[in-house]
Amino acid sequence: MAVTHPSDVGVPGHEGARRDPVLLALLGTAFVIILFHAIGLLPLWLHRIPEALIPPTAEVLDVVFAFVQNDLGLIHITRFIAEGPLEFLLDATANLLYGKRRWPMLGPIPWTAIAAAAAVLGYYLGGWKMALLAGGTFIWTALIGQWDDAMETMSVLVVAAPIAFLMGLLLGIAAWKYAWVDTAIKPILSVLQTLPFFTYLLPAVIFFKVGPTAGAVATIIYAIPPMILMTTLGLKKVSPEVVEAGKMSGCTRWQMLTRVYLPAARTELLVGVNQVIMLCLAMVVLTAFIGMPGLGAKLLAMMGSFKLGRSFEIGVTIVLFAIMLDRMSKAWVVKQPEHHEKGTPWWQQHIFLLVGLAGFVVFYVIAQFVDVFAEIGRRQSFSKGKEFDVAIKSFLAIDAVNAVTEWLRWFLNVKVLIPFRNSLLWIPTPAFILLVTALAYWLGGRKPAIYGFAFFTLVALSGWWDRSVITLYTVISAVIISMLIGIPLGVFAARSERWSSRILLACDTAQTFPSFIYLIPAIMLFGVNDVAVVFAIVIFTTVPLTRYTIEGLRTVPPEITEAADMSGATRRQKLWTVQLPMALPTMAVGFNQAIMFAFFMVIIAAFIGTQDLGQELQRTLAGTELGKNIVLGLNVSLMALTFDLAVMAWTEKQKKALGLA
Amino acid sequence: MKKLTLLATVGAVALMGVAANAADSDDPIVIPIHNWSSQIVMSNVVGQMYEEMGLNVEYVTTDSQAVYESVRLGDVALELEVWEGAFGASFREALSKGGLHDVGDHDAVTREDWWYPMWTKDACPGLPDWEALNDCAEVFATAETGDKGRYLDGPVDWLKHGQERVEALGMDFVVVNAGSAAALWAEIGAAEADKKPVVVFNWTPNFAEAVWPGEFVEFPAWEDGCDTDPAVGPNPDALYDCGNPATGYLKKAAWDGMKDQWPSAYCVLTKISFTNPQIAEMAKLVDTDELEPEEAAEEWLAANRAVVDPWMQGCSA
Repeated sequence: MAVTHPSDVGVPGHEGARRDPVLLALLGTAFVIILFHAIGLLPLWLHRIPEALIPPTAEVLDVVFAFVQNDLGLIHITRFIAEGPLEFLLDATANLLYGKRRWPMLGPIPWTAIAAAAAVLGYYLGGWKMALLAGGTFIWTALIGQWDDAMETMSVLVVAAPIAFLMGLLLGIAAWKYAWVDTAIKPILSVLQTLPFFTYLLPAVIFFKVGPTAGAVATIIYAIPPMILMTTLGLKKVSPEVVEAGKMSGCTRWQMLTRVYLPAARTELLVGVNQVIMLCLAMVVLTAFIGMPGLGAKLLAMMGSFKLGRSFEIGVTIVLFAIMLDRMSKAWVVKQPEHHEKGTPWWQQHIFLLVGLAGFVVFYVIAQFVDVFAEIGRRQSFSKGKEFDVAIKSFLAIDAVNAVTEWLRWFLNVKVLIPFRNSLLWIPTPAFILLVTALAYWLGGRKPAIYGFAFFTLVALSGWWDRSVITLYTVISAVIISMLIGIPLGVFAARSERWSSRILLACDTAQTFPSFIYLIPAIMLFGVNDVAVVFAIVIFTTVPLTRYTIEGLRTVPPEITEAADMSGATRRQKLWTVQLPMALPTMAVGFNQAIMFAFFMVIIAAFIGTQDLGQELQRTLAGTELGKNIVLGLNVSLMALTFDLAVMAWTEKQKKALGLA
Repeated sequence: MKKLTLLATVGAVALMGVAANAADSDDPIVIPIHNWSSQIVMSNVVGQMYEEMGLNVEYVTTDSQAVYESVRLGDVALELEVWEGAFGASFREALSKGGLHDVGDHDAVTREDWWYPMWTKDACPGLPDWEALNDCAEVFATAETGDKGRYLDGPVDWLKHGQERVEALGMDFVVVNAGSAAALWAEIGAAEADKKPVVVFNWTPNFAEAVWPGEFVEFPAWEDGCDTDPAVGPNPDALYDCGNPATGYLKKAAWDGMKDQWPSAYCVLTKISFTNPQIAEMAKLVDTDELEPEEAAEEWLAANRAVVDPWMQGCSA
């Protein structure tokens, strides 16, 4: 392996870039425009694109949608799906899980029966610990008094997740089989993954009826992309020997797919399943805006009546479900199919199934006679919501806390955020686009630069420039602050195994916790202003930075750190000249994710109170302005993609240079 | 437990003789619920009344602005809380598109305006007069607003015209828009800790009255045309130079098809009229007593048979 000189890598691509004529031209033009603006000579039409020149994209989109929806009759098809098969499935699970009066009229299944079955499944997948996690999650949910809400949520997820899995699988196979599908699907997936969720919600409501159906559809669309990617990845990796073996045994094409390729790609497929489940859970709260019942709706109602403790408990339930499903599906990935000796009796082969069934039936029967085993009402629950509220209030009443937040609020707002925002808004549009292009060029080279230029020009032409810049300002501020927190934290944690795993667990939890819950403490600490907005985003964006810093530092090849030790480097020298440069490509992935998370969270922060794209998006939710909704969503997506492309291109370059690729 | 309730229901139905009108459809009546407790409990109360009449009821959680589009399309059958201030615009827009109609007002009146929790009065004793509020504007100043006071208005899409009023009346206040109702509560809750004076947007009937006693700021009284004619109100050159109406309506709305599909349910809906104290009681059962909305509705119904029975009996014939 070609070990690069650390000093070469320290400031990547900088040396050559400084004299790069393209970069100089871009920056030069931008500065000339800015200079002209500063001395007041810049014509107005160069500062902001005049209203008259902005194409009526939203109106055109509205006309197109009206045509597709009504004239082509798409709405009849989607409404048929929504009111036919989809609603039927949702009704059936709703009946089983919380007793909605629909076919098959069997439910609701008692909580004890579900908890028992889950515990047995947990034991089968991962022993006692998993059994405790699975059973415990359900018991917690029941005891805390959220059973019905949790089951309302689950009744949609158990329909949405398998559909997302199947559709993702089929699309993934198609993309693997036919190159044109792959090329067609890639850009769509990139846009889908950066599109703010509000943009999924409105079409879902219009085409699939408000309520669980729209919730299910939005969840499915949100959860599909990683399944497609993992399927294609898994199928591509199947080794030629396995394929040969299949061909030699005379498999038909169908058999090749179902008996050879798919089983061989099992691990990737199951990782896809894991991703699908996680993304479904991430949508629980967001889909509550379009009528999805359950935990999300409850959380919003609790937040609307200022019940912090109860909303926190709902957050805990969602995290527990996420952790349980995550760990169980990961255990499933690791668990290889079992093969029994010939002659093993049937009951022995299916022992877990039988025990699970037995537990289920026993509790089902008991629940018919003992009410508490069937249902726990609010009066019997162990909710500690009120006590929690009191604790928060007394924390906020501490003078020292007040003094610190007051100072932070003053310092960040008056000295940092507001001046930064005003200066970004002051920059003329063309200069801004050129600066972004230059950044993309410096990081990733020609291709990301061209995309960046095109994307930001589109944003400028959308007519929402100022709001887009404010969105970007919030994202940049939050990412910088989280770098100041997350990277040192990661460096510290990477020193020892114990701290790494502790911090990583905290990262997992912070990430699965419904992002809405961060909003209220943010406001209570800093009030409704930009500091609260940035703070709420920072909680979210620090996670990937810390995680990938730990990851990057801990996977530096030991040969290299040893070499540094042998040449007598101090700990600080080793960190700065060896470990950090080597970890930089991995850290860049975290940086990229942090930017994506920030773009996601900045939209949610509209609920604190912002003046950016998120606020406008939130406003469109109430109405039927589909065109405007999509234009706003695409603006967010285009800006996010610019950074994504540039940072990823840089990472690739760096990995190659370091010989890690 | 389930069986018992069922029995009781059947009994009640038989006794009162309000067995479902033969003309009423078996299809579930879909009732929308939103994210504030009085509306959720009220919807459950009405839903349970319908169930007593032998009808099928389902609840769906929806956005409180988008719901009018759903009522119009018949995706949901009715809406029990149409606030004049908050949803009047969405309601009127849907009304003009057709598909839903007005089913009359509740007895309750609504009010939305600048509001402060009681402790604010210690720092600014002249309240609730708006001129007194303006005189102590600096009490409400924060880091970002300099020496001007800060007023936290509702979300922009509620169209509360706080900014216009500040300009029209020449007040020393900066208007900041919160992003959601939750943001308003968080701000009040944070101020409560050290009894910091705040002035925010608020409305009644609302759970907040029970948690934080407070008062509305008294602006120049609302006169018709204050929002359309500059001449109305103290400032002859500006709109929005008076307070919001102190007695706004609280309406019920229904899908046009409801009348034919569930005639007796529709008949009951036209009779329903809750008062401010009744609504406050419903909210209290959930917000203060921490009941689940269904349990709260059961409790409220049991305690208020005298109120609801006449509505139901009137429609049984």
